[in-house]
Amino acid sequence: MYSFEFARPGSIDEAVKALKAEEAQALGGGQTLIPTLKQRLAAPSVLVSLSGIAEMQGVCVSDDNALCVGGATPHAVVAKEAAKSFPALAGMASRIGDPAVRNRGTVGGSLANNDPSACYPAAALGTGATIKTNAREIAADDYFQGMFATALDEGEIITEVRFPIPEKANYQKFVQPASRFALVGVFVAKYASGVRVAVTGASEDGVFRWTEAEEALSKDFSAKAVEGLKVSADGMISDLHGPAAYRAHLVGVLTGRAVNAAA
Amino acid sequence: MPKDSGIGAASKRREDVRFLTGKGKYTDDINLAGQAYVHFLRSDVAHAKIVSVDTSAAAAMPGVVRIFTGDDFSGVGGLPCGWQVTDRNGQPMQEPPHPVLAQGKVRHVGDPIAAVVAESAAQARTAAEAIEVTLDELPPQIDMAAALKDGAPKVHDELTSNLCYDWVFGSDDAAIDAAFSGAAHVTTLDLVNQRLAPNAMEPRVAVGDYNDAAGDSTLYTTSQNPHVIRLLMGAFVLGIPEHKLRVVAPDVGGGFGSKIFHYAEEAFCTFAAKELKRPVKWTASRSEAFMTDAQGRDHVTKIELALDADGKFLGVRTHTMANMGAYLSTFAPSVPTYLHGTLMAGNYTTPAIQVNVKAVFTNTVAVDAYRGAGRPEATYQLERVIDKAAREMGMDPVEIRRKNFITSFPYATPVAVEYDTGNYVATMDKLLEMIDREGFEARRAEAASRGKLRGLGINCYIEACGIAPSALVGQLGARAGLYESATVRVNATGGLVVMTGSHSHGQGHETSFAQVVADMIGIDENMVEIVHGDTANTPMGMGTYGSRSLAVGGSAMVRATEKIIAKAKKIAAHLLEAADTDIELKDGQFTVAGTDRSVAWGDVTLAAYVPHNYPITEIEPGLEETAFYDPNNFTYPAGAYACEVEVDPDTGKVEIKGFAAADDFGNIVNPMIVDGQVHGGIAQGIGQALLEDCRYDETGQILTGSYMDYAMPRADDLPFYQVDHSCQTPCTHNPLGVKGCGEAGAIGSPPAVVNAVVDALQRGGMSHVTHIDMPLTPSRVWAAMQG
Repeated sequence: MYSFEFARPGSIDEAVKALKAEEAQALGGGQTLIPTLKQRLAAPSVLVSLSGIAEMQGVCVSDDNALCVGGATPHAVVAKEAAKSFPALAGMASRIGDPAVRNRGTVGGSLANNDPSACYPAAALGTGATIKTNAREIAADDYFQGMFATALDEGEIITEVRFPIPEKANYQKFVQPASRFALVGVFVAKYASGVRVAVTGASEDGVFRWTEAEEALSKDFSAKAVEGLKVSADGMISDLHGPAAYRAHLVGVLTGRAVNAAA
Repeated sequence: MPKDSGIGAASKRREDVRFLTGKGKYTDDINLAGQAYVHFLRSDVAHAKIVSVDTSAAAAMPGVVRIFTGDDFSGVGGLPCGWQVTDRNGQPMQEPPHPVLAQGKVRHVGDPIAAVVAESAAQARTAAEAIEVTLDELPPQIDMAAALKDGAPKVHDELTSNLCYDWVFGSDDAAIDAAFSGAAHVTTLDLVNQRLAPNAMEPRVAVGDYNDAAGDSTLYTTSQNPHVIRLLMGAFVLGIPEHKLRVVAPDVGGGFGSKIFHYAEEAFCTFAAKELKRPVKWTASRSEAFMTDAQGRDHVTKIELALDADGKFLGVRTHTMANMGAYLSTFAPSVPTYLHGTLMAGNYTTPAIQVNVKAVFTNTVAVDAYRGAGRPEATYQLERVIDKAAREMGMDPVEIRRKNFITSFPYATPVAVEYDTGNYVATMDKLLEMIDREGFEARRAEAASRGKLRGLGINCYIEACGIAPSALVGQLGARAGLYESATVRVNATGGLVVMTGSHSHGQGHETSFAQVVADMIGIDENMVEIVHGDTANTPMGMGTYGSRSLAVGGSAMVRATEKIIAKAKKIAAHLLEAADTDIELKDGQFTVAGTDRSVAWGDVTLAAYVPHNYPITEIEPGLEETAFYDPNNFTYPAGAYACEVEVDPDTGKVEIKGFAAADDFGNIVNPMIVDGQVHGGIAQGIGQALLEDCRYDETGQILTGSYMDYAMPRADDLPFYQVDHSCQTPCTHNPLGVKGCGEAGAIGSPPAVVNAVVDALQRGGMSHVTHIDMPLTPSRVWAAMQG
């Protein structure tokens, strides 16, 4: 780790200001950033921790029936607090990493990093979430822009994420055995307006919506409806944990399972 | 009735108190006054000529004490290899030099180019980034078959090729050809025993120290055998005589073989401490462990099994390419040869066996002994090909094994070893008792109703442990003896200290060794202290590996304790005014046979050190004895293992539903510790079967250089095990009748898992699946199912 200054502001405004410094870097739960720093792969001048900002913490349900999660809320808190109001999301949060990861890692950190194998991008895209920042609101459909790429501007902070609570939903994660990130993860959510299916872990472009499955499931919300559907292996990730064809196959399997398990 | 103390008791591991409360003292806990830190600048390419190394900018960085390069080591030796294999033409293996820091070329990712010593670890690392290295990249040799091709670029320019040796062992060509030409059936199997990264919980650490006034060097290191390191480093690398060199291996957090070997960093820290006249410390990062700890396995094998029409084995023929990596690690040449070829008879009476091994240099991390070392490779191929043969011939996998079991002992195999004792029928019977094989069909049907494919895999294993008779291994090419030593020092008030040449790095020696000595004398275990790991206070010993500590080190301890008891009886005889031949020792009491006249252990030990009333003209005062024990054969633990799995046909994911191990370890000193050793071994075996895979890309970059990609088994990957070691045929040639249990689990379990998965897929109608290479990851199993 190279040396750096450390700031722990108490408000969003202070954090935004601190991030204006040259080579400043926001620090969420640090689950990706700290290992990166330890390997000397990044050299920020100042780390701006978002963990001391009270207004970015906590979980609640809004009047329009969205689960609102403060950007700096750790996964373990979501797993506990959303268990009744949005069990699929709570279940997803409860299976990220291990207890240490869940107690440090945050929803904002995960979405800002947009690891192609992370779980939260699937939940955000699969629910059509709204990503609230210090400057604006971004629809999930506009937010994810490829592996590790997002619509966030330099210094922009995710202050809250609003997940519309579906009638039914489920997240199926097939773990990569070493990292236990998603080799493939599928989030299925059923709304009055239709079904959304978001896939993480599989594509070289990061999280994506499987629209073919969405259309089929919107007509008939059953595993049978997606049985014959196949997602193309073109553009799927191929690595030592699984070739593209295997990932493409898993997308179909996990989508069916998510539909069966949706609650 | 289980005993509550002594041999056979499940005494709790006394060392666990300090390990579990964070009070263990590991090498990284050692910090010496004035200590400097070293950071190694390592090659980030697999194969290149070193054009230049410019350290001038780095040397001016804050905190830098000195920067060393390969040139600084031109006056000392390279890292030696401890075993010379002779090839099929009677020629010695090709043995390249292994410099402490790279000279002229780098040969794998992680090869050290320069070493920066600085006031802090961070300063050393920062300065290393300022070293300017110019490399002229050469074509890397990663694939063994490609590396053996004529004209392949050489890993070592001074050798004739990348072939270290081409070794043939066992039956002659005529015998093996006759076996195969007369066979009713021949089963052939091509398989890979993949490379593993050892991953001890504690990464390697070395602290070198130099006492300028006395001219003494001390190395603190994470080692399984400090005396071996002292000898190799002192005599072959640095030229320091043993009386001027102390090597200390304090608490060590796991070894699994990877801490047997003498590593460059140990020699560097010792050398640099003397040069700089201040202590120098190195602590490996996990990333460094992946690119410098000697790795395991990496065999590519074709095995053929010849059978008669009844399923009797007539012959076994194997061809293996064994990866040595870029340099010969300390015992690397012995692993695919004498630790592998000698085990190819398995538990069976196969009359003709021929083993061919080509050892190959590649631009990868060195490969050496890793838990099991050669024996897992032998067991895996043999037990897999037997399973395949049974299926091809329509025979039951248990029956085909029973038909071929060795039942008469001693048994001389066609591959040079003689099994002293065993009972393979008994362990197989015990296994079947444990696993309810009759109920399998019902379990399979129930699994099928849930859409899962259930399979059962059964296999045997045998291993050669208690390494080894020195004269025998000398004939086979070892450049060391393989005895073990112990000094028993009895104190005046009766407590005693055993100084052993064995080393405990998780095995529980401090508990089980104390049980043995306490039992022999009949005193409380807590009166016995075990000391190990420091060349300054233990007799020259060969250390711990090859499941040898109790069989060889324990035997030395028994011999030394016998000497103690013999002398103590003479003292007791004097005190009791009787003949020493009439003295009996029981429960810590010396009694004149047939009388009630006795004297206590403590009275005798006190007399030995306060010899007022003492046969001083006949025997010396004091009570301290040393013994060296050299075994006259290996020991041969053996057993039968079973694994039951369910495969998810949609994803290929394998779940282990049950695992049973019936082992014959001979006599047992501490059954709880034995259970733990077997559990750990099986966990590593399941890790190999399902998860672990150390992979390089074609340029020689390690694809699995962290836990993000190298999958270690975790608790939820593993089932509850059933383990049994009630089948006991005591070893016939060591005084404890013990065989060793440290590696069995890792040897016996991989074929059980793979046999079970193949069985599941076969029963599921996929008759085209006859083999899947490890690790059986979901994607591999799924791909195999697709055909």
